[in-house]
Amino acid sequence: MFVFTVRRILQTIPVLIGVTILVFLMMHLVPGDPAQVIAGEAASEQTIQQIRERLGLNDPLPMQYFNFIINALQGDLGTSIRSGQEVTSEVASRFWVTLELSFYSMILSVFIGLIAGIISAVRHYTWVDAVMMIIALFGLSMPNFWLGLMLMQYFAIDLEIFPVSGWGSPEQLVLPVIALGTAGAAIIARMTRSSMLEVIGQDYIRTARAKGVKERIVIYKHALKNAMIPVVTVIGLEFGTLLTGAVLTETVFSINGLGRFIVESIQARDFPAVQGSVLVVAVVFILVNLLVDISYRFLNKRIDLN
Amino acid sequence: MSNDANALKISDLRTSFFVEGNEIKAVDGVSLTIPKGKTVGIVGESGSGKSITSLSIMRLIKSPGQIKHGSIAMNGEDLLQKSEREMRKIRGNQISMIFQEPMTSLNPVYTIGEQISEVFQVHQGLSKKEGRAKAVEMLELVGIPSPKERVKQYPHELSGGMRQRVMIAIALACSPELLIADEPTTALDVTIQAQILELMKNLQQELGMSVVLITHDLGVVAETCDYVAVMYAGKIVEYADVYTLFNAPKHPYTVGLMQSLPRHDKDQEELNVIKGNVPKPDEMPAGCRFAPRCPFASEICINELPDLIETEDNNKVRCWIYSDKWDGNPEVNVADDYKTARSK
Repeated sequence: MFVFTVRRILQTIPVLIGVTILVFLMMHLVPGDPAQVIAGEAASEQTIQQIRERLGLNDPLPMQYFNFIINALQGDLGTSIRSGQEVTSEVASRFWVTLELSFYSMILSVFIGLIAGIISAVRHYTWVDAVMMIIALFGLSMPNFWLGLMLMQYFAIDLEIFPVSGWGSPEQLVLPVIALGTAGAAIIARMTRSSMLEVIGQDYIRTARAKGVKERIVIYKHALKNAMIPVVTVIGLEFGTLLTGAVLTETVFSINGLGRFIVESIQARDFPAVQGSVLVVAVVFILVNLLVDISYRFLNKRIDLN
Repeated sequence: MSNDANALKISDLRTSFFVEGNEIKAVDGVSLTIPKGKTVGIVGESGSGKSITSLSIMRLIKSPGQIKHGSIAMNGEDLLQKSEREMRKIRGNQISMIFQEPMTSLNPVYTIGEQISEVFQVHQGLSKKEGRAKAVEMLELVGIPSPKERVKQYPHELSGGMRQRVMIAIALACSPELLIADEPTTALDVTIQAQILELMKNLQQELGMSVVLITHDLGVVAETCDYVAVMYAGKIVEYADVYTLFNAPKHPYTVGLMQSLPRHDKDQEELNVIKGNVPKPDEMPAGCRFAPRCPFASEICINELPDLIETEDNNKVRCWIYSDKWDGNPEVNVADDYKTARSK
């Protein structure tokens, strides 16, 4: 188990290097001169040269990349052009909001998805199953920003139960979390259902029944642990989707999260801010997948990296 | 015969599957007694209803299947009248089952120790730790070397033969009165087959249990069974003790099965086979179900379904040839004439 974990962690290193190179190049391949943007339209050639010098933009690319990595490792992602503040601290404060939003949405998705999936599988081909899967299909098909707007219209404007926008108080959580978590719940429900159905038909489930084990334990102990293996993959991927999908939800509900920060930074050509926040999202995505793979191993001892 | 001499008495069992409004009679009026301490073999082709019979005894028939009629008496009680809760106490405790596929019959995400231990936890209320100690004992009983290390292993770390031994350990954990083995050796190679059958035989004598052995392998039957029931299309067509059956098979189907065995003592150009296929459930013949494939079939066979007829040597056979109503050649001798009749 230990060897497996260490080996899996080491495998993320090349991926991380690849991601940093892409993020770094992104800034340099996009047309437009960052120094020009920083200095403004009317700046003199001399000012632009000075800014170039200060940002190290005259160094050869590999040298710049090297500096970028060294600084990033020390937690320095540069200075935001827009606000003049450290990108690290700007990203950190907003990242927390997005993480919180994604985390609650994830809990909602997993909770509802698993329960609905298991019930559907156990009672498959009954009306319960049909109703659940139709709801899931709707949940899957609705774009989260549209769902967000509808929830806002009905619950915030018409019924005035929840606040329209903002972030922080528990009431402000409800609508954005539902808007963001619904699609995930639908995906997890469908995945759990099909995975459970496949497992319930297996010979070892018949063996468990033949042992005199209670049906409830057959489902939750013998079937669910096997059925969870593909579901965990989906949950991991879904978390990544939530982090990025939060962009729209955050915009709809005026939540000052990382997604909105990225959109605004792109619009303002705030290259260090874009670079820094994309890097953070990418690294988090890689880490989540790392956790998924490690948890796999707990579920399924057959997995071996060899 | 007193009731106590039988471990199990199945009477007129009917199990059907309901698919798209059609009723498929998988088991159609099977009556069978399993004497205590004896092994009864159920033989037949795929689709003859032998596995469904065994799952019916366990009451493990799942929708769209349904046990429609009959009784299964064990210790004076009818298993078919029991509640699901009462059945759970019987499964794995008084009646156990071993399945055909050792490769897939064990749960891949739990150790074999946990899977054996579960039986003790469910039926004897033992703790995990006590169950584990018992699991080691069981592994030793079924002849798995270094059981203390093996209990911690997962099914994928074991060979097919070892896994079937683990399945036997699970089945025998609570010393059941009746063991149902559904093709326990079909998926194993020949040397392992012999070992597993030997193991089952020894444990049967040691624990004094009754065994229902479901198989399509007549060699396995000859070696292990005391009595044999031959099933065809959901019905028992012949029942006899193993010597009578092999010495004087009566039903043309049984004879056909035996003649289709490859012989090592004779030169054979080709294997004898029974022509045709088992009738499809929706195309069941009105008369004897074997009539369309039977070389002796006459008028009455096609029109009327025969009952099980008792013959002088305690053999029961579902065939018109042995009844007074027989309208075909009165001199027919199924065992001797089979080949010549078939080639006509």
